Amino acid sequence: MKQTIRSIYEKEGAKKVLASLISILAGLFVGTIVVVIVGLSKNTINGSGIWDGVRLIFFGILSKGRDAAGSLVWGYNAQSLGNMLFRATPLIMTGLSVAVAYKTGLFNIGAPGQYLMGTLASLMIALGIPSSVVPAWIIWILAFLGGCLAGALWGAIPGTLKAFLNINEVLASIMTNWLAANLVTWAFDISNFKNVAENTKAGYIYKTSFNGVVTPKMGLDKLFPGSQVNMGILLAILIAIAMYILMTKTTMGYELKACGANRHAARYAGINDKRNIVLSMAIAGALAGGGAALYWLSGNTEFYWSTYQSLPATGFNGIPVALLAVSNPIGVIFTACFMAMLDIVGQQLTGFTAYNEYITDVIISVIVYLSAFSAMIQLMLSGKKQKAGSHNANAEPPKAEEKKEGGEQA
Amino acid sequence: MTFLIQQTLLYAVPLMIVALAGVFAERSGIINLALEGIMIFGAFIGVLFVRSMQPLFADAVIQGNWLALQGFELLAMLVSAALGAAFSLLLSFASVNLKADQTIGGTALNLMAPALVLFLVRVLVNQNTLQMENGDAASWFMLKKSTFGIDKSTNLGFLGETFLNKVYLATYICILVFVILSVILYKTRFGLRLRSCGENPQAADSLGINVYKMRYAGTTISGALAGMGGFVYALTTANCTANGDVAGFGFLALAVMIFGNWKPLNIAGASLLFGLFKCVAAAYSSIDLNGDGRFLLAELGISSHLYRMLPYLVTLAVLAFTSKKSRAPKAEGIPYDQGSR
Repeated sequence: MKQTIRSIYEKEGAKKVLASLISILAGLFVGTIVVVIVGLSKNTINGSGIWDGVRLIFFGILSKGRDAAGSLVWGYNAQSLGNMLFRATPLIMTGLSVAVAYKTGLFNIGAPGQYLMGTLASLMIALGIPSSVVPAWIIWILAFLGGCLAGALWGAIPGTLKAFLNINEVLASIMTNWLAANLVTWAFDISNFKNVAENTKAGYIYKTSFNGVVTPKMGLDKLFPGSQVNMGILLAILIAIAMYILMTKTTMGYELKACGANRHAARYAGINDKRNIVLSMAIAGALAGGGAALYWLSGNTEFYWSTYQSLPATGFNGIPVALLAVSNPIGVIFTACFMAMLDIVGQQLTGFTAYNEYITDVIISVIVYLSAFSAMIQLMLSGKKQKAGSHNANAEPPKAEEKKEGGEQA
Repeated sequence: MTFLIQQTLLYAVPLMIVALAGVFAERSGIINLALEGIMIFGAFIGVLFVRSMQPLFADAVIQGNWLALQGFELLAMLVSAALGAAFSLLLSFASVNLKADQTIGGTALNLMAPALVLFLVRVLVNQNTLQMENGDAASWFMLKKSTFGIDKSTNLGFLGETFLNKVYLATYICILVFVILSVILYKTRFGLRLRSCGENPQAADSLGINVYKMRYAGTTISGALAGMGGFVYALTTANCTANGDVAGFGFLALAVMIFGNWKPLNIAGASLLFGLFKCVAAAYSSIDLNGDGRFLLAELGISSHLYRMLPYLVTLAVLAFTSKKSRAPKAEGIPYDQGSR
């Protein structure tokens, strides 16, 4: 894994982007195949239904629904675009969370748990401090910072276990994810923030707008009328840029990356590897928690509190966002927008065809699968089969030898 | 007590067999993080098979032909194992042939399985859960006193009541498979070769063992076991339904495997312990330990949320205490590269 990371560093940016684009196209292609196969095997879906499904997978963001005659209408859809940006906001943050951890040699599969803890803290603060006493904007800032802090603490747990007890951070994160899911349910269960004012909203927490805490729109609602977009997206982009600077231009970022490349070598060079591993997971957690705060503080989102049986997809989708961006914080902005677009596509598919939104999850998983060997794809792109020092370079020749040897054995 | 043992076994047996699945993959040198995904997929395939074959066995239910029904159950287990193995080929291909990052590859499968399953379930039945066409798991597959023609009021004694009444054949098949495969892993040439590939593949290769083949074998056995485990879980604890979720059992199995130090006997013990905690979490309010009609755990007044957190808390605590001593296969997670011999 470490060698994979290093070999990824050595490649030029262009090939990385190209490899990601190939992964995306292949993912969309697999999604198309699934749609076609399912369409052909079900007699309730006719040819035009399949064609609509395929078109929506690729261009769903530009769909404007169906007209009176029942055929799809295409064009600029400000609402969809705005909603895409709104959904991209937490994805940028969870994507950054996974990306920063990955750059330091850690696989942060704990983003869902950190996201949930961020949700808990920010909602508790935003609803708990009465806005009649404290100005709403101060509550907003407190809630955002609280979300970050809660996420950071939750991320630091697997970080600490990894640094001091050498427990695999993937396994520890999975456990803390489920702990968070139960803890959040428990905390909201005994809280008095459950929405009882609106009878139809059983199982939901009050919107933060009940306490007057709403993320400012900053004119974005004029740009994308009818959508939920707000200042959060700008903040997320700023944080992504800050992360880029942190990782590439500061001593701290260098130390973090050094620990990721080779923990023992870093310690030999006088870097406190344990502190850096905990710090890396804490930063990752803070980003995921902050993402949750940006999403739930918007004032128009409602949190379903009995969440102990499921983990938020936004957290898990940070993984494909980061992988597609090859862990580049700036790249995360764009890949998060792409993932958010797939989300909108899923809605369009559910709303206007016989298919459903889960096909976009299939597409995402194919993309993750392909990005597992994106180093291979980059290698194929450059056409270099043999490259001294590169770990993956010998992938092809041994395969041929393997066949030969197998023949001898048989 | 009978209830407690039966419930614990229901949770422990899938954990055990899936943890063994993890052992086969990791001992051959491949980290199989996809256990959860393969379980989800296997559960779906098994339930789908049962659902689509049910009309053929409708007569057997009416006549009470339990032999045919148990055969049906075994067939479903086989099918889910076969398809689980096929699904795991995606992981073997990526990690053996393409030398991909096994953690990411496994994560991809974990994302893919629920997505695919939910998509198909929604398309097939237009709801989020795939169920049996008619009847339920208990009436079709559960072994009861009446199955063997014994009157309901007959007391079979403690052992009989616990292990013969209201149980599933799948549970015992899994235990049998577990034993057989453990013996294979330790007492046969194949098992030795497989283990050597996870410890020192270069040395294994120099002795003429085909590391790639062995790793494929390990992962494929792993996939088959996980797929079967997924279906057994769905059959015995979820009433033969599939909804793209096995409640983190695949990950718990990974923890069991590490806790059991990659050794079958320890794993059997560890999975019983975890099964007990899972059972307490799921049914604490109806556990009657000494048979006096009082539900002790419920009367303690501890929040149900805490009980649900217990398996995960225990896992973390156990990992914290055992990690220093744990001995993972040396070469796990490292793609085999003949050039670096």
